[in-house]
Amino acid sequence: MELIIQISYLLAAVLFILGLKQMSSPVTARRGIHWAGAGMVVATLVTFAAEEITGNEQAATNVMLIIIAIGLGGGYAWYTGKRVAMTDMPQMIAMYNGMGGGAAAAIAAVELLKAQAAVQAGSHSSIPDYLGADVTVLAILGAIIGTIAFSGSIIAWAKLDGRLNTSKLLPQQQLINLILAVVLVVLAVNVYLSGSLNLIIAFFALALVLGVFITVPVGGADMPVIISLFNALTGLAVGFEGYVLGNAAMIIAGTVVGSAGTLLTHLMAKAMNRSVANVFFSGFGTGPAAAASADVDGTQKEVQAQDAGIMMAYATQVIVIPGYGMAVAQAQHKIWELTQLLTEKGVKVKFAIHPVAGRMPGHMNVLLAEAGVPYDMIYDMEDINADFPNTTVTLVIGANDVVNPAAKKDPSSPLYGMPTLNAEASQNVIVIKRGRGTGFSGVENPLFVADNTRMLFGDGQKVANELIQAVKEL
Amino acid sequence: MIEGLAAVYIFLLAGFTGFEIISRVPVILHTPLMSGSNFVHGIVLVGAMIALGIAETTSQQVIGFIAVLLAAGNAVGGYVVTERMLEMFKTTGKTDNKGAHK
Repeated sequence: MELIIQISYLLAAVLFILGLKQMSSPVTARRGIHWAGAGMVVATLVTFAAEEITGNEQAATNVMLIIIAIGLGGGYAWYTGKRVAMTDMPQMIAMYNGMGGGAAAAIAAVELLKAQAAVQAGSHSSIPDYLGADVTVLAILGAIIGTIAFSGSIIAWAKLDGRLNTSKLLPQQQLINLILAVVLVVLAVNVYLSGSLNLIIAFFALALVLGVFITVPVGGADMPVIISLFNALTGLAVGFEGYVLGNAAMIIAGTVVGSAGTLLTHLMAKAMNRSVANVFFSGFGTGPAAAASADVDGTQKEVQAQDAGIMMAYATQVIVIPGYGMAVAQAQHKIWELTQLLTEKGVKVKFAIHPVAGRMPGHMNVLLAEAGVPYDMIYDMEDINADFPNTTVTLVIGANDVVNPAAKKDPSSPLYGMPTLNAEASQNVIVIKRGRGTGFSGVENPLFVADNTRMLFGDGQKVANELIQAVKEL
Repeated sequence: MIEGLAAVYIFLLAGFTGFEIISRVPVILHTPLMSGSNFVHGIVLVGAMIALGIAETTSQQVIGFIAVLLAAGNAVGGYVVTERMLEMFKTTGKTDNKGAHK
C-alpha cells in the first residue's frame, strides 16, 4: 500500500507540473486545471489509506474528523467560489491562498505540539531531539511563513473587499515591524532550544500580528504584488511542511509554486516599475513627494454622453482603456455592445490593457473575455502605445493611475517611472469616472485637466448605456 | 523517507521547474496562472490530513481539524475559481475562430 501511495503522490506532482505548464498558454489552459484537479483528487484519496492515518488508536475518530473538515471547508469554498463575481476574483484568490498558508502553519503547530508533549513527558530532552534538527528548523520556518501569509492574505482580502480602508495602524510602522520581526526570530530560536508551550503560543501569535502589520500599510495599487508574493510564500511553506512530513507531493508542488510565484511577483512588480522590497517597506505615496505633486493646475471639463457618443461614432479609431472602475460597475458587457455598434459604423475599435490594470495582471482580460470581446481586439501596452497619436478618441473607463502622464514627466510623483498608456497623445480623451476624486493610489491625474480631455461623470454601466443610445440614434 | 541531500535535490529541481513554467507566459494569463498555482499548493490538504491523523490530544485534534478545514478551502476554492476564469477563455477562443472563418 505504501508503494501505491508514493506512486500516486508522484503522479499527482507530475500532473500539477504538466497542468501548470498547460495553463501558461490560452489554448491548453483549461485542460491544465483539469489535469491538476485530477492530481489533487488522486493524492487526497490515497492519503486516507496512509499508515499515519490508519495505523493508530484514534484512527476512527480522526478519519471522521477529516471527512467533516473537508466537507465544511470544501463546501464553503465551493459555494463562495461559484458565487463570487468575476470582479471580486482577486480578493477570493487572496482568501483561498491565506487558507493554504494557515493550513501549512497548523501542520507545523501539530508537529511542534507533539514534540512539546514528548519533551514534557520526559521521553525527549528537546523539540529537535524528538523531530530531528532539520525537521524542526523547517517546521518553524514553514510556520513563520505560513502564518504571515495567512494573516497577511486575510488583510489583503479585507482591503480589496472594501472592509478595511486604513493604510495606517501605528506611527513608525516600519520600525515596529522590524523590531517585531527580530523578536519573532528570537522566539523561534527559543522554541527550538527550550520547547516550552507558552513560547510556541507566543511565537504563533506574534507571527499572526506581523502578517497583519506588514500588509496594512501596503497601498491599493501594490495589492496584486502582495497577493502574488503571499501565494509564493504559501507554496514555500507547503514545501517546508512537506519535508517535515516526508511527503514528496507537498515538497514538489509547494516548491514549484514557491519559485513560479516568486518569478510571477517579480514580473508584476517590474510591470509597475517597483521592486518587491519597495512595495513592502515603503508605504505607497505617503512620503513628502505625494504632497508636493498633489497640486494639479486646471479644471476638469465635463461632456454629456450624447456629445461623447457622436464624437466616437464619427471617429476613425477608438481605443478603450478599461480599469478597475469598469469592473466595479460591471460595464464590460455594455462596453462590448458599444464596441459592436461602433464597428458597424466603420470605426476601428481597440482595447488597450495596462499590465496592472484592475487589481491583478490579466484582470481586465478576464472581464473582457467574459463579455465576449475577441482576443485580436485586445492589445498590450507595448503594442499599442505608438498607436495613440493616430487615435481620434481614447475612452478611459474606470482607469486612472495607468493613464497618468505624471508617471512619465513628473519626477516628484509617487508614480514616477511606472510605464503608462499614452492616452494623452490621442486627439481626444473621454474619461468615464464616478466622481472627481483621485485613483486608488490617491495621486492626482493631470490627464483629467488636459485640454483634449473631457470628463463623463457617472456610473460606468449607466454611462455606457447612454453612449449606446447616443450612437444608436445617429 | 526523504532525507538530507535527496531533499535538497528535490527542492532545487522543483524550484527550477517552477521558474521554467512561468518564464514564457503572456500577461493575460497571469491572473489565471496565479490562481492555478494557488490551487496547486492546496496539496497542503494531504499534509493536513496526516497532521489530523497523527493527532493524539484534543488540542492537537482541534488544530489538525482547522488545518484540514483551511486546506480543503484552499484546494476546492482554488480549483473552482481557476476553472471559472479559464472557462471564459474557451468561449473567447470560439468567437475568435468564427471571426477568422468569415
